Amino acid sequence: MADKIATRQSYGEALAELGNKYENLVVLDADLAAATKTGIFKKAHPDRFFDCGIAENNMMGVAAGLALSGKIPFASSFAMFAAGRSFEQVRNSIGYPHLNVKIGATHGGITVGEDGATHQCCEDFALMRVIPGMTVISPADDVEARQVVEAAINYVGPVYMRFGRMAVPNVSPEGYKFEIGKGCLLKDGADVAIIANGVEVSEALAASEALAAEGIDAAVVNMATIKPLDEELVVRMAKQTGAVVTAEEHSVIGGLGGAVAECLAECCPVPMKRVGVLDTFGRSGPAKELLGLFKLDAKAIAEKAKEVVKLK
Amino acid sequence: MDEIRKSELKEIARNVRIGIIDAVYSASSGHPGGSLSAADILTYLYFEEMNIDPANPDAPDRDRFVCSKGHISPGLYSVLAHRGYFPVEDLKTFRKSDSYLQGHPDLKKTPGVDMTTGSLGQGVSAACGMALAAKLDGSSRRVWALMGDGESEEGEVWESAMFAAHYKLDNLCYVLDWNGLQIDGPIAEVMNPTPYREKFEAFGWNVIDADAHDFDSIDSAVKAAKACKGRPSIIVAKSTKGKGVSFMENNVSWHGAAPNEEQYNAAIAELKA
Repeated sequence: MADKIATRQSYGEALAELGNKYENLVVLDADLAAATKTGIFKKAHPDRFFDCGIAENNMMGVAAGLALSGKIPFASSFAMFAAGRSFEQVRNSIGYPHLNVKIGATHGGITVGEDGATHQCCEDFALMRVIPGMTVISPADDVEARQVVEAAINYVGPVYMRFGRMAVPNVSPEGYKFEIGKGCLLKDGADVAIIANGVEVSEALAASEALAAEGIDAAVVNMATIKPLDEELVVRMAKQTGAVVTAEEHSVIGGLGGAVAECLAECCPVPMKRVGVLDTFGRSGPAKELLGLFKLDAKAIAEKAKEVVKLK
Repeated sequence: MDEIRKSELKEIARNVRIGIIDAVYSASSGHPGGSLSAADILTYLYFEEMNIDPANPDAPDRDRFVCSKGHISPGLYSVLAHRGYFPVEDLKTFRKSDSYLQGHPDLKKTPGVDMTTGSLGQGVSAACGMALAAKLDGSSRRVWALMGDGESEEGEVWESAMFAAHYKLDNLCYVLDWNGLQIDGPIAEVMNPTPYREKFEAFGWNVIDADAHDFDSIDSAVKAAKACKGRPSIIVAKSTKGKGVSFMENNVSWHGAAPNEEQYNAAIAELKA
């Protein structure tokens, strides 16, 4: 297994590499190129990188104008500002006209760490998911993140991608091929299905191992695409295991847990629990420590799995 | 400007204004005041200036027009219809549930609409992106963005102003329809955004004053904007809200209200006189 790598690093490296292949690819940032890693693209393709300064709302509009002129713009900032501050620009200038703009948001969730609550966006999946026609993706590792960038380029329409600050291990199987709207069953299981994305996928795999030691056979699904949700896979896992746990570094309201709950309530009601940030703001601290504090770690996922299995 | 051409443009602008009143009356809603104040500017740009082809509204190298003050959709639709993008008769479907003429401009539904607008401050940013793309393409196409004076209270307008100057977008020109009124009253009383010249100059723009109802003035302003190299231009066009319909002129209550039958007949009679 390769060393741990943050998906924001994968994002920047993929952009720089894909810039050679796709001439219409342009990248915008809002004074965070060093942090979002679009600086790697800037170095490789300085003529196609445009810093918009600390003015995210204008950046989204500029991206819209570029898309309307045949470019494939990636607009980057922290999730808090891309999805939060610029929500209405994304909604009205990108989502409503369904423009070919790609939003590369880094620093999603509480693993932003020491910067604390103002920068820990745990609402972006919810905000972006509710925009009609918006695709929302949160890759789990380096392998997947790189493929997500190219998949977004080849898809025509708006895409919101969340990349993380914290280094994560590779979880993708050998020869993995990411496809928008398709989840990936990483480990099959009979007793409970853990549906996770982003940094929570590796935590879910660890939880599954811990559960196995206690005699619970937990499946793990990497559900990188939150919208459109792979409902077929969600329902299949619910039918197969009879119990579902979602895990995401996002509020339990409106994100992956919300999407899966909506799907199951309508198509296949089974006992379900959500692991996520519990309707609260984040706080400063080392990322790994925060995962424990906010009950987003493998231990917390395993606890929820045991609870939900009892409800069957 | 050539006197014959000028009188032709005046005639077109008169018909554009009639179309505005027709649309708003048919819809029983909409924004006549700012549509009428911008009618001459719209007429000049669409009939005299822009390199466009109504038969090929998506031509890649056409000039672009962004109606950043999207609520004046009656003005935009009327000029587009008269320019040949769709039948003038269809203006009467404005705001109806089966119409392609939405309350605010929708590029997916209406031929000739270059950007979906309505949320103030956003159109100008898209115009910046279009101008940047033209530079990247090495194209000589130009981008025009019409904005409102009240709209300039939006912070995003000034973000865009920084951006356009920073990237030396001299193929971009904003036209500021300075009619002096916004929904809650005179702009000077609601939230005074002036002085425009000093502010835009401080942001690095070429600022050109114009009379929004004088084709000679608009003509020389547009030529001055196109002649300016190395920085974006803004035409600060002093206008009269409701221009052309005397009872609507300088009356803020006509910002977003439709005439009743009697008022409609009076407005049309005055415009046709």
